[in-house]
This record gives sequence, C-alpha cells and structure tokens, in this order.
Amino acid sequence: MASITAGQPEPQATRPARRSELQAERVRAARLFLLPMLVALTLVAAWPLFRTIYFSFTDTSLSNIGAGKWVGFDNYLSVRTLSSGKVITRGVLVDPAWWNAVWNTFRFAIISVSIETVLGLLVALVLNAEFKGRGLVRAAILIPWAIPTIVSAKLWAWLFNDQFGMVNDMLMSLGLIDHKIAWTADVSTAMYAVLIVDIWKTTPFMALLCLAGLQMIPRDMYEAAKIDGVHPIKVFFRVTLPLVKPALMVAVIFRLLDALRIFDLIYVLTPNSSATKTMSVISRENLIDFDKFAYGSAQSTLLFLIIALAVILYIWLGRVDLGGQKQ
Amino acid sequence: MQRTRSLAAIFAGASLAALSATAAGAVNVNLVSGAVGADIAVYQELVKPWEEKTGNKVTFVPMPASTTDQFAQYKLWLAAGNADIDVYLVDVIWAPQLSEQFLDLTAAFAPVTNDHFPSIVASQTVNGKLVAAPFFTDAPALYYRKDLLEKHGEKVPETWEELSATAKKIQDAEREAGSKDLWGYVWQGAAYEGLTCNALEWLASNGGGDIVEADGTISVNNENAAKALETAAGWVNTISPGGVLSYTEEESRGVWQTGNAVFMRNWPYAYALGNGADSPIKGKFDVAPLPSGGGDNTSAATLGGWNLAVSKYSPNAEVATDLVLYMTGAEFQKGNAIKASHLPTIQSLYDDKDIAEAQPLIPHWKEIFLNAVPRPSAAAKVKYNEVSNKFWTAAHEVLSGSSTPQDSLELLEVDLDDLKGSGW
Repeated sequence: MASITAGQPEPQATRPARRSELQAERVRAARLFLLPMLVALTLVAAWPLFRTIYFSFTDTSLSNIGAGKWVGFDNYLSVRTLSSGKVITRGVLVDPAWWNAVWNTFRFAIISVSIETVLGLLVALVLNAEFKGRGLVRAAILIPWAIPTIVSAKLWAWLFNDQFGMVNDMLMSLGLIDHKIAWTADVSTAMYAVLIVDIWKTTPFMALLCLAGLQMIPRDMYEAAKIDGVHPIKVFFRVTLPLVKPALMVAVIFRLLDALRIFDLIYVLTPNSSATKTMSVISRENLIDFDKFAYGSAQSTLLFLIIALAVILYIWLGRVDLGGQKQ
Repeated sequence: MQRTRSLAAIFAGASLAALSATAAGAVNVNLVSGAVGADIAVYQELVKPWEEKTGNKVTFVPMPASTTDQFAQYKLWLAAGNADIDVYLVDVIWAPQLSEQFLDLTAAFAPVTNDHFPSIVASQTVNGKLVAAPFFTDAPALYYRKDLLEKHGEKVPETWEELSATAKKIQDAEREAGSKDLWGYVWQGAAYEGLTCNALEWLASNGGGDIVEADGTISVNNENAAKALETAAGWVNTISPGGVLSYTEEESRGVWQTGNAVFMRNWPYAYALGNGADSPIKGKFDVAPLPSGGGDNTSAATLGGWNLAVSKYSPNAEVATDLVLYMTGAEFQKGNAIKASHLPTIQSLYDDKDIAEAQPLIPHWKEIFLNAVPRPSAAAKVKYNEVSNKFWTAAHEVLSGSSTPQDSLELLEVDLDDLKGSGW
C-alpha cells in the first residue's frame, strides 16, 4: 500500500488528523481496487493449486473425483514390507520414469535457453544497428514467435517427416546425409528435433527483450569509447554486456520458466517418446490417460516445487533485481 | 433501464419457449463424435428419418480425430458431470474405463442383441452391464499392390516370412528400375495405441498370446512373442523405412497412396481413399487378411470399432437411448456402410446385395473378422491405458534396437506384474 500512496504529491499538512484520515481513505480505496484482482487470482491460481496439492495426498480417481480418501505421502513415497521380507518402495520419488522426465526437462531447458540467449543477443545487436528497412526486418523476425506453438509444431512435424519432409530433402540434395533420417522417431535425434523447433520459435522473443535492453544504453557511452579508440569487441564486453545484463537476466528467467513447463511442442511433435517426455507431459499422462489422478497430482505438485526452486536458485545466484530497487 | 428490462423480457420469453418446446416432446440430443473424413456429414443425413419421425433434433458436436485427445476430453467432461452431451461415440477399448459414467443399455438393446457380432457385444459388456451399443466395427487388413505382385510373379503372402521375402524382392527390383523411394511394407510403429494394435497382431499370429489373457494372467513374456518382435524389428530399415517408428495410420497411408509401398497394414478407411478419383494407385490394389506366423498359427486382426453410449448425466436419457437404438439399427448401419465404408456390426448385412455392390470390400472383411483379436481392455479394466503404454514402449524399444526382445519382454512382465498388484 505504501508504494501506492507514497507516489502521490502530498500537500504539506497543517492538520495531521485530517491528513491521516485522507490517507486511510486512500488505503481503503486502494484495497477496494485490488479486491477484484485478488478474487480473480484466488479463483484461477490459488484454488486450483491448493486442490492439486490436496489431491496429491489422496487416492482420487477421475471417474469419481469426490470419493478420494486421504492416504498421506503414499503417492510420493510408500514403503511396504512383504510377508516374504522383501521391501518394496513405490511413489513418484522412486519412479524412474519421473526422474527421466525431470532430467529431460532440465536438459531441454538449459540447452534451449542458453542457445536462445546467445542467438537472441546476436540478433538484437544486428537489429540495434542502423540500416535501411530496419523496421521491416524487426517485424519479420517476430513471425516464428507469433505463430501458435501447436501450429509451428505441426508444421515442423511435416518438415521433419522422413519421407516427404523438406529437412531431409535439403540435406540429401546438399549431400550432407546419405540416407533419410527419421528425426522425430529416432531416440537419438528426437531431442534435437524438439530443440531445433523451440530455438527457431523463441529466439525472436529473446531478441526482442535483448533489443529493449540495448536501447536503454546511452549512446554517448559508445561515442566516448569510439573517441578513445577502444576495439569494438572490447566495447561489447566492457560496455554493452554489463549494461544489458539486468535486462538479459530477466529475459532468461522468463524463458527458463517457459522451458521448464514445456508441454505443447513435445505433445505434438514427439508424444510418448521417453527421450523427450518432460515433467508436464508425464503428469498429464498420469492425470488423464492412466486414471492415476492422485499420482499425477503428486507429479504436478513436485513440478511446481521444482520450478519454484529453480527460479529461486537462479535469482539468488544471479542476483537478479526483479523489484527494480537497486538503481 | 427500460431497454434492459425489455431485453430481459425477450430472454425470459425465449427460454420459456425453449422450455415449452421440451415439454411438448421436441428434444435436442447432443452427440459428440470425432470428425474423421466426412463421417459427421454422413451421420447428419442418415439421422434425418429419425428426426422426422420423433420430432426431435440431433446436434453433432465434432471432436479432433485423435482418439487419445477425444478420450482425455470425454473423461474430463464425464468427471465434471457434464449434462450438455447426451450421447458419446466411444472407442471399443473405452467401455471398461468409462463404464461407471454411462447408462446400462442391456434392457433396451435386448431385442436386437443377437443380430450383432457376439464378440463386439461382449467387448462392450462390463460386469453384465452393456455400456455402449455397437455402431460400427473395424479390423485392419493387409493392403497389397496387385500390379506389382503380378509384374514380379508373386502371390499374396500368407505368412510373415513370405511377406518379408516378397517385399524385399519387389523393393530391390523396383529400386533397380528407378523407383528409388519404394518401400516393401509400411505399418504403424510410432509409440502410441496403434503400435499396441500392430504388435498384438504379431504376437497373436505367432502364438505369442494376447499380452494379458482374458482371465487376467500376464502372458507376454514368452518365446513366440520374442520371436515375433524380433522379426518385426528386422523389417525396420530393410523393407520398412526407419521413419516407420514415427508413423501413425496417416503417415503410412501417405507413403502407400503416393505409390511408394508394396504392402501396407491399415484399417478399412484407406480402401475408399485409395480408390479416390485423384489417387495414383486407384484400382491397383486389393486387401487380404494379415499374414500369420505359419504352421498352426492363424492370422490375427486387432478388433477396433466405435460404439454409442448414453451419458448418465443426460437430462434426455430416454430420447437419447431411442436415438442410439436407431443409429445402431440395420437401416442406419446399411447407409453408413454404403456411404462411409464403415463396417456393420449386424452380421446379416455382410450378405446384403446393395452393400456388396457399393462397397465390394465389406463382404471381404467378414473373413478378417473371424480372426479378430480384442485388445486386453476387458482384462486390464481401468489400467488398460497404462498396460498398453508399457507394451508399446517395450515394443518400440525392440524395434528401434535399443533393447533385445528377451530383455524388454522380461522387464515388461515385471512392470505389468507391479501394475496389476493384487488384481486388475
């Protein structure tokens, strides 16, 4: 509340009692204005999240959602000793399919976000330079980002098709490969296929965010460097990079969050391939396809925790200034 | 203010009118169905006599063609007790998984039960409750190029071995002659329900069992099954393209219908499309039962098909049941066979002259039906999807060469055993 009222130019008050009354009035109004948003957030974010976490501690099934019974941590980890003395452990935490999905997700997120950041920065540097038709190029480069993911995934599925796909056709006629590659079917290439599509799609987004950061850098800094005769590469590492870093770090956070919950692209391009199955894909599979609603809820809860942890770690390690307090 | 009030009056009047229409007996029945090809247009036309007779109306709600996507949506709707949809068109394997949410049709269907194939009625009966009424059925066959077989003096293969040899011979000879993109055999090898169908056929036609038997025993880990998977793995990159491991029905039909395959395993829908006016292979192909493992083994075709179920949450259950009876009746099924080449579930229609004339393939399919094998959906009940997923994953690993048949079947047995727990 304080930040809302603090910004207002307050007349120097002569009667403190009235001023505080006015301030209280303002605070009340602010609360009233915030209320619809809070209600909406509770309904669409907090309530589903709470329900998912609750379901993960029950044995709910989708055929009868109301009939779930409390089972404690069994969906996460349960240890049973059989009459033969054999100890059996069950649950998401010891499920190799889940950890495979976690590994896939992180591998995907780290590789795709790193490449996208580098490429995005390069594109942004080009777009930041003065040249003819710059506006047009800036608009054109956004096209992959503007296409809905489902559409671009379908489009690339055809490009990657082993028999009629353009990718194979081009590589064949260039003589780079001697037989047609089954991009999405082969376990060893499936992840590359997904990465290629994701990088193609989201580099423009990174470029846009980087460009916004680049335009904040004052021109006179470059002019000063030019007069001093500093080498352009040195200018990049000593002037551009440090100054664009805050914007870049925020852009990376956006992408990281996006990449860690990747679903649509993989669901369309390589569904069911254990080489690309991510946390979101596997939890949906359990929730809907396998009638293991509670188990899927446990995976969704872990997904939430893992992403939260990853972001906290990133902010802490990278000292990202999200609040904009440090100037 | 005045305007709002008059608007409200109009709405109130409209909803009253709708209510009184319901009271008078005219009901709108909502039927949800996957939109495959021209199916929905055909149904709309065929349902007209019923609409005229009863004064009710049927609204078809189209869904994506992918059965997995349909299943997910239906499950969510039913879990939420959705009252908007009265009738669901459901896949043959869904009955045990959705049985709690649909009405029992046993009594309503009793007078006509014996007209339909008993195996199909049985597949839709869960604990004595008829969950869905048979609408049309489906079984895959071996599509072959008449012209190519004739040219190379080969006959239609009856065993998998013959198929491999014939495919290899023709593929090599034709590639020599310049058709570089020709492949011997295309099928569905992507990791999805279709691979379960394909691999179940290899197993069953080689004496390798049905994954999970009707009594619930897990039979998948046996020598015949391993041999069958090994044979299939040998096709990849020899007579089948490597990409077959990502093919669903449409991708394999793509290779086939452009004239780039000698054999294809596919469902009946590919027959009408392959003989379409602009098809390069029009009139050049025919169908036969899928090959078998030889010896005493018989050919096996996975039983597919679609059935109509009435939602438990439907406010018009009686009218909806009447519609289901009409749509599964002889008149509708005959029209559906003639117009959409959907195979009837009523046995006598296979000898019907009009159908034989319009769709010569349908009488052909009766033979394929005799060897139809059901997927283990009745045995595995609500766990079927997971059983199927584990099975196709194991099969896919063998096909892609990342595991041996013996290892992967042994692991699969352990996994299925865990999944089964104390019972299905």
